[in-house]
Amino acid sequence: MSNNTISPQQGNRKFLQKLEERGVDVQACYQCGRCSAGCPITEFFDLTTMEVVRLAAYGMEDLLLSSKAIWLCAACETCATRCPNDIEIAVLMDVLRELALRKGVKPAEPRVQMFHQSFLGSIENWGRAYEVGLIAGYKMKSKDFMGDMKLGMKMFFQGKLSLKPHSIKGKSEIKKIFSGKGKEYER
Amino acid sequence: MKLSYYPGCSLHGTALFYEKSVQEVCGQLNIELTEIPDWNCCGASSAHMTSHEIGMRLPMRNLLIAAELGHDILVPCAACFQRLKAAEKSLREDPGYWDITDYPADLKIIHISSLLADEQIAQKIRQNIKIRLEGLNLACYYGCLSLRHPKITGVSNYEQPETLETIVSSVGAKPVSWSHKTECCSGSLIVARPDIAQKLVGDIVAAALRAGADGLVTDCPMCQVNVESRQFDLSSSDHLPVFFGTELISAALKGQYPSKQEKMHLVDADILANVIETAPQIREETV
Repeated sequence: MSNNTISPQQGNRKFLQKLEERGVDVQACYQCGRCSAGCPITEFFDLTTMEVVRLAAYGMEDLLLSSKAIWLCAACETCATRCPNDIEIAVLMDVLRELALRKGVKPAEPRVQMFHQSFLGSIENWGRAYEVGLIAGYKMKSKDFMGDMKLGMKMFFQGKLSLKPHSIKGKSEIKKIFSGKGKEYER
Repeated sequence: MKLSYYPGCSLHGTALFYEKSVQEVCGQLNIELTEIPDWNCCGASSAHMTSHEIGMRLPMRNLLIAAELGHDILVPCAACFQRLKAAEKSLREDPGYWDITDYPADLKIIHISSLLADEQIAQKIRQNIKIRLEGLNLACYYGCLSLRHPKITGVSNYEQPETLETIVSSVGAKPVSWSHKTECCSGSLIVARPDIAQKLVGDIVAAALRAGADGLVTDCPMCQVNVESRQFDLSSSDHLPVFFGTELISAALKGQYPSKQEKMHLVDADILANVIETAPQIREETV
């Protein structure tokens, strides 16, 4: 319990600096709650959006990186759009997810992360999303074999799901993007 | 009018029939589209949600190819539109950060509904439709990404947008007043957390039914597939089809809604064909 005590002294300087670089001013929050009130997923969150912002202001990085909220956020941007203090809350969520992955923190919602990974894997390979491949990849990772079978079959027979990947010519450029070219200066 | 065209992955996959209606409408309105050669995925939500660098570099590659063509870029997908706009904003604000300094200043990225709701084009639609879709009550459903964040999209009336209402009115249908125009359909959670998707979609459809809508109309291929597919799991028998704005325009201009197109919907969408059948024809000649 004690290491979950919220205290500004525990603030993580590197983390706060990262937020500043991305233009996220978490200190501007006066806890009005408009972000949480507008959040469509809030009832499924373990931390409310407003709590995420305040915990970030306290530099409570570990607590945030292991939360479900950062993975259940759908990036709908309602929170940031309605924030009266112009806090880039959706960017904050992006920063938290990226940091969690870089630090190897186990995602509290593993299936959501597996979906992102499968989706991006398909783009990395082909340059465009390859639905059948990414769904197969997701199912292997998540072991969710039966989910949406009926829907998938219906869409397949409607001709919406191609068995062949949608491959582009400039795949090497895409590979370069994924390899982290441009990150040379520790972004 | 000449535009570059960025279809995005959905329009070449799950939303092929959206692509068809976009091409048809642009053809009917003399808007010449040139597909951006060898375009790549914009990264959608998954890229920017997990990697700032990849989430920006993917759409930037498309912008740089489009810059060579020189025309403004038409984007029918809300997610692609938002990602291209986000990349554009970052490119303009800090070109040095991305080591890209030659991106042209005058290139515009246009989401389809703002094009089709433009006064001149809306008037052209009104003047050229063969059939008014009278008696069709539609809930205009925008979802998130063509609107938010307004700093990225540049949209001014992001809480009460009206482009889809303009489109619906221009083909003679009636937009209903309702509460969930800009609510989220759950986006990319649709696969990993179908329970959340079902709750959000259930609320959206219930709100549209309360407002007396016969169907929804959208301009986002993900909203379209999410809202139709997650009604499968709902117990209510009152399922509502989700049309694309371009489907309505194309049908009104042609005076028919092909059953091939109708069958692409995941829920029963015969309401549009029924309305067309009973609507009086207002002109014979084709556009």
